[in-house]
Amino acid sequence: MGDVRVTNNGKNTQDTIILGVETSCDETAVAVVKNGRDILSNTVSSQIESHKRFGGVVPEIASRHHVEQITYILEEAMAEAEVSFDDIDAIAVTEGPGLVGALLIGVNAAKAIAFSQNKPLIGVHHIAGHIYANHIVEELTFPLLTLVVSGGHTELVYMKEHGSFEVIGETRDDAVGEAYDKVARTLGLPYPGGPHIDRLAHEGEASITLPRAWLEPDSFDFSFSGLKSAVINTLHNAKQRGETLPVENLAASFQESVIEVLVTKTMKAAKEKNVDRVLLAGGVAANKGLRKELSDACEAEGLKLTIPPMSLCTDNAAMIAAAGTILYEKGYRSGDRLNGQPGLELSSQ
Amino acid sequence: MNVLAIDTSSYVLGVAVMKDGWLVGEYITYLKKNHSVRLMPAIRALMEEVDLTPNRLDRIVVSEGPGSYTGVRIGVTTAKTMAWSLKIPVVGVSSLEVLAQNGRHFNGYISPFIDARRGQVYTGLYESKNGIVQQVKEDQIIIHREWLNQLKEMDKPVCMLSIDMNKHNDDIHAILGEKGIIATVTDCMPRPGELARVGMEKKVEGETHDFSPNYIRLAEAEAKWMESQQTSK
Ligand SMILES: [Zn+2]
Repeated sequence: MGDVRVTNNGKNTQDTIILGVETSCDETAVAVVKNGRDILSNTVSSQIESHKRFGGVVPEIASRHHVEQITYILEEAMAEAEVSFDDIDAIAVTEGPGLVGALLIGVNAAKAIAFSQNKPLIGVHHIAGHIYANHIVEELTFPLLTLVVSGGHTELVYMKEHGSFEVIGETRDDAVGEAYDKVARTLGLPYPGGPHIDRLAHEGEASITLPRAWLEPDSFDFSFSGLKSAVINTLHNAKQRGETLPVENLAASFQESVIEVLVTKTMKAAKEKNVDRVLLAGGVAANKGLRKELSDACEAEGLKLTIPPMSLCTDNAAMIAAAGTILYEKGYRSGDRLNGQPGLELSSQ
Repeated sequence: MNVLAIDTSSYVLGVAVMKDGWLVGEYITYLKKNHSVRLMPAIRALMEEVDLTPNRLDRIVVSEGPGSYTGVRIGVTTAKTMAWSLKIPVVGVSSLEVLAQNGRHFNGYISPFIDARRGQVYTGLYESKNGIVQQVKEDQIIIHREWLNQLKEMDKPVCMLSIDMNKHNDDIHAILGEKGIIATVTDCMPRPGELARVGMEKKVEGETHDFSPNYIRLAEAEAKWMESQQTSK
């Protein structure tokens, strides 16, 4: 149909270019993605340094940073992608879940662009984004199962096709990343604690017996608060006996317990749901121990496994643009009334 | 000059459009409803009604605070992102300066204020000279009774303006007596048209990228942290 117009960024009229915006926590992120899989730019401004002194993310401070950063990051991402608003087909933005004040900055910035530039607006679920980070790495095939692990989430999500999400298991208390951060604090490690535990775990030996929460035999849910308490108690008891436990060994024992439960439940769910593809998603997917154990288990079972590179595991906007592209092609549109929704359910995507 | 003005710094949601320097439309509500949901539909409806497309705007004006942190951020984010994408300037006006405009014809001082909880208010002091409202004391956060005691010593009566009047009525009467004039309910509402006019007359300062709210005070966690740094010295 007609001529194919080619512009300086290599876009032709059949291409779909989506501008993605993500501000659900402490990362101000903007990306430009072509056809749901080609990253033209993926810009992230992390606030970790500002929150370190408080030992965690302070919502009010995160919101303040987002307002200060948002147009800088938008401009940087568009310049790097060498696109103008004429090239962009739609704006995709994280609508939830996350910190409400933080979400509102991305949502209102995206609405401002959509209105000013007369573009469609697409609200994206943050976890759908994490899952679609894998689509950038390798084209998704269905049915598949995703293990989502981050500071705010621990979920097993089954997908029978694009844009369809069924949460078959989730944490009943702490998210994995949250448990890591809390245990790290107990061990006197700096924030964010996850990477420190992962590193120490490789130096130590899992010599301390810690519990595994399997819950009901047919459940794919998780629970990590008991494990976290067990670590705290173990440390406390040792101190009372005047002993010092090697931090590496405690880290290794904690990590072993977490990973065993995650991997075992994922493999069991994969079998029950009869999938041949497994995805790992979310910030904790950066954990080397988890990557290795899950890879080994999938290999043993003959399952295809995709794990995104680090830059796509942690919060970013390329994943939001990738998920947004699928929604855009399905004809899904959000209106002017789009809002930040801290407790948004994945199934409502 | 074509101007879009946005105010979401309090429960009052205000949008105004000026076309060729004339106020052609105002949208204003005072409801405890979500600004994030309602702001963009209000902007779109008003712009359509006055036949103006975003690319014909010359400037965006926004109430930059003080006020509700979240509310101010919704307005500022919308304003600065629109301005950036349209390559036009964004201009901020103090929410108190906007409210003070309603006392333009008052012969004396004007004290607009916004409740800031725990007996505190955001306030400033203004005075109308030849029909132009000028600042006498800068915008600040202060215990309201302390502020009223300062006003009591002033040489002229003071017109009090606020949508949070009910909470502070008694203190005003008790401390200022005859000297404190409480404005009518209509004058207690910040008008987006006034915001548009004040913003239209202002000089553009700084870059759009650097535009951010004027919260007047630090985030609580930050204030506590600074305090702890001081005591540990
Ligand atoms: Zn995330």
